[in-house]
Amino acid sequence: MASPTSPATSAAAWAFAAATCVKLLLVPTYRSTDFDVHRYWLALTHALPARQWYTDASSQWTLDYPPFFAYFSRFLSLPAPLVDATLVSIPVPDTPPFAHLLYLRLTVAFSDLLLLGSVLLLARDARRRQRPFLALVLVLWSPALLAVDHVHFQYNGFLMGLLLLSFYFLEQGWDLAGGVVFASLLCSKHLFLVAAPVYFMYLFRHYCCGRGVVKGLGRLVLMGSGVAAVFAAAFAPFVYYGQMQQVFNRLFPFGRGLCHAYWAPNFWVFYIMLDKILAFLLRRLGFNIAIPEASFTAGLVGDSSPFAVLPKVTPITTFLLVILAMIPCLVKAFSNPQPKHIIRWVSYACTCGFMFGWHVHEKASLHFTIPLALIAMDSLNDARHYFLLSIVSCYSLFPLLFENQEYLIKVMLLLTYAALMWVGFTSHFAANSDQEGKKVNRPGSTVKKNGFIGWVGLSYLLGIAAIELWSRVFHHHVFGDTLPFLPLIMVSLYCGVGMMYSWMWQLVCIVRHT
Amino acid sequence: MKPDQGPTRLSAIASFRDPQGPEGLPMAKPRKTPTFAIDPPAAATRLPWHPPAPPVPTALLISLAALLIRVLVSVGPYSGQGAAPKFGDYEAQRHWMELTLHLPASDWYRNTSDNDLAYWGLDYPPLSAYQSLLHGSLVNASLPDAVALRSSRGYESPESKLLLRWTVLSSDLLVFFPAALWFVWAYMKGGIGISGEERREGWTWLLAMILISPCLVLIDHGHFQYNCISLGLTLGAIAGVLSRNELVAAFLFTLAINHKQMSLYFAPAFFSHLLGKCLKRKYPIVEVMKLAFVVLGTFALVWWPFLHSYEAALQVIYRLAPFERGIYEDYVANFWFSTSVLIKWKRLFAIKPLKLMSLSATILAFLPSFVHQVKSPSNLGFLYSLMNSSFSFYLFSYQVHEKSILLPLLPASLLALKEPQMYGWFVYFALFSMYPLMCRDQLLLQYIAMLGLFFLIYYSPGGNHGKKLNISCGAKVILSLPFVCSLLLHISYLQIEPPKRYPFFFDALIMFICFSQFAILTLYTNYKQWMLDTHSRSIGVKKDL
Repeated sequence: MASPTSPATSAAAWAFAAATCVKLLLVPTYRSTDFDVHRYWLALTHALPARQWYTDASSQWTLDYPPFFAYFSRFLSLPAPLVDATLVSIPVPDTPPFAHLLYLRLTVAFSDLLLLGSVLLLARDARRRQRPFLALVLVLWSPALLAVDHVHFQYNGFLMGLLLLSFYFLEQGWDLAGGVVFASLLCSKHLFLVAAPVYFMYLFRHYCCGRGVVKGLGRLVLMGSGVAAVFAAAFAPFVYYGQMQQVFNRLFPFGRGLCHAYWAPNFWVFYIMLDKILAFLLRRLGFNIAIPEASFTAGLVGDSSPFAVLPKVTPITTFLLVILAMIPCLVKAFSNPQPKHIIRWVSYACTCGFMFGWHVHEKASLHFTIPLALIAMDSLNDARHYFLLSIVSCYSLFPLLFENQEYLIKVMLLLTYAALMWVGFTSHFAANSDQEGKKVNRPGSTVKKNGFIGWVGLSYLLGIAAIELWSRVFHHHVFGDTLPFLPLIMVSLYCGVGMMYSWMWQLVCIVRHT
Repeated sequence: MKPDQGPTRLSAIASFRDPQGPEGLPMAKPRKTPTFAIDPPAAATRLPWHPPAPPVPTALLISLAALLIRVLVSVGPYSGQGAAPKFGDYEAQRHWMELTLHLPASDWYRNTSDNDLAYWGLDYPPLSAYQSLLHGSLVNASLPDAVALRSSRGYESPESKLLLRWTVLSSDLLVFFPAALWFVWAYMKGGIGISGEERREGWTWLLAMILISPCLVLIDHGHFQYNCISLGLTLGAIAGVLSRNELVAAFLFTLAINHKQMSLYFAPAFFSHLLGKCLKRKYPIVEVMKLAFVVLGTFALVWWPFLHSYEAALQVIYRLAPFERGIYEDYVANFWFSTSVLIKWKRLFAIKPLKLMSLSATILAFLPSFVHQVKSPSNLGFLYSLMNSSFSFYLFSYQVHEKSILLPLLPASLLALKEPQMYGWFVYFALFSMYPLMCRDQLLLQYIAMLGLFFLIYYSPGGNHGKKLNISCGAKVILSLPFVCSLLLHISYLQIEPPKRYPFFFDALIMFICFSQFAILTLYTNYKQWMLDTHSRSIGVKKDL
């Protein structure tokens, strides 16, 4: 474990402080309705007793996160009356003054301290080796995290901090603590449920098995009771109030459609596009294809199928697909549970959830890009993959910040991060191949000039620039105001290609190397 | 180094993939290898942009980061936002775009029915006006309302703010950034007063120090001005001098003067250095003539529309030298303001003797460094002399703004590798001297963030800058006294109501502290400049020539 005063930790703290200054500069930028959501939750958890948290409907932004997040909201609201009492009074003001904005922005920056703590702990990896400073910086300076948390407004830094903390415990071999932390993450944001199978498989095999039946059973009970205690702490009050049905309805709104209003760049984008193309072709061939009543661009899909040709997708289908995609990883975790692979497995599980899940938000790509940053410098191939993935994932978040004022910010954030990765990766691996020339025995692993990501990767990334140029400049000239969704669909499709590649790359990597 | 951890790490050697062993220790003798070699504490913090990082992408990375910071600061409010009827510098620049776009050049500096000089009349030299014209036509192409003649007065909208911000950003990117890159290249190539190790390691830090100068970023992209153009041209001229392109330097510096007359603060340094260099050459007269030709030619080119009549030229000059505005306008940390507590200069003297006094004081202040450069011009001496002459103008000349501290800050940032402590100290107090302005502009958040960012980069891990100071405890206490005062003033300026009789009590106090620090700094740099001579004499002055 790194001592708190080691240079690497102080360097990571330095990077975090620099990021905090950037976060301060981001305070006056655009914020989405998520800002109103969290503002309301802050007031809700402060002003009302827990009994009303999941029943209050005085605002349209009802609480739909699990109880730990509500407790967290309550914790963040504690100093609020010192700043401004109207900050935590129900109903919340429609147009919040600057002080409210500043307070909420600062709570996000403050809650990122958990991320910093986890990153500091993770400065040494499962083999007690020093992680490269750049790997830590890639987490702390992630442009996607900055854009989603500090512009769009969410608390992903805190949630990722919990996830990384559980990684730390697992890597150190403290499985019980890792399991408990993951359980509390689930009780803060249930979207991470998708990683639960991997956790279960890994903890079962690594913590409980291989130690004799009695000890194994004892450990199983211990782990079970630890996790159960966490869930009890979260949900017991609401069971007591008899509101579990209500809480459950809030947490899992399956009434929403397959895709979010803006399509996340995942498998379903291709499915929808295939459906449209097939419908178009079949119509040309003379078949009578009815135009589906529900539309994807409208976001909400009711009972009617939005597909013209292909079979309708139900939540169960997506669930089965996610599990199916995850199976190789689960098998690996079952057969050879090693702490050094846990980050890769969990990231893969989150990727599967992102690729095949129901009503996936584009923001969910954070859940695997951030952990993958930690292992991005393990090998040159990891670095190549992360380089591509982080750029694609950040670019796919661009439509979130749609106002002109933030345009240069998001572009500059991405470009700076890409340049940082380019400089850091090339110098890292150049230095390595110089030092241990004979160790790098794969022919393609040395970094040649401009050969870092190869021509295919490079032209794919340059294609992003072309897409961006098209949607910003030429689309308007060619189509005028018609087809307003075309640029968004193009971004989704194009990023979807990169995401598919990333998913398959991770799959291959897990099958081959873990 | 912690030898007790050695055995646990040996297994790690086999799969060692970390970059942190720059020494490249032989793997054959793992037992002799100290832990230090696997995890050297200093190298563990090796920043990704330190060597062996490729230089061009690294320079690109630093420039991108500097640009990102500018973009972020530009989100904040500008001076006079929503403050009708007079607004602020943003409105001034917008108004100049409007004027230059719609009026003929002959009317730019004249009071006409369309050009009310009392309302933000153009008071910068013609190059500024051309720049306004260029930016005005760019704005006009996408948002004509923002620069429409007369009707656009006080025009404010999110779009116009964004467009005008982008004009500043693009000017910065096109002028200041290339100049800074050129300077760092020339500085490192010339190897000015630094060792080889510093040259290898230090250039990224130096570039960051020049590009992320918090005062410049806050004034240009927060408050709203185009100092990046005149300072960038000056910086280009300095780089020209360092890389021995004197004629290019003369051309660029003349452009800088023609963009903002404040660039004249640097003129004594340029003049003395170039004169001193010419005198050392074979045909001094020819060299001087060449330079004079370039300078006069550039002037003629820039002033062409105003040279058709004596009156027209005089009118411009009259606009550029607003002596009627008094020896100091706002609260500024210079000699005249700081001593006005004791001597009421404005009340005691008329404008004319004041002009004379400030002129002679300024000349006296820059004379030592001037003489030094004529006598023994050297690259390092030139940088010091730039700082000394601009400081003498800031402290003693007529009609100085608090924003003029940007001018001495530029050469100070160029000297950052040579004088890291001085630069850090200077930036802190320069920022502090702008604190009241930043509060008025509601840029407090940006001020804090820039202050933090600057000192984080200044003390970036792995760099050994700003840590070399070995001073006694007593000296530390004395040095930290103004620092503690400034911290207290930061808070009390916001929180405590000043006494009714002196509503600007805290402003004055801030300026007084800053003035004392600036005075000490310039004494120090003058001393250093003169000491260079005695020091470099032993090494050989000819190397620099």
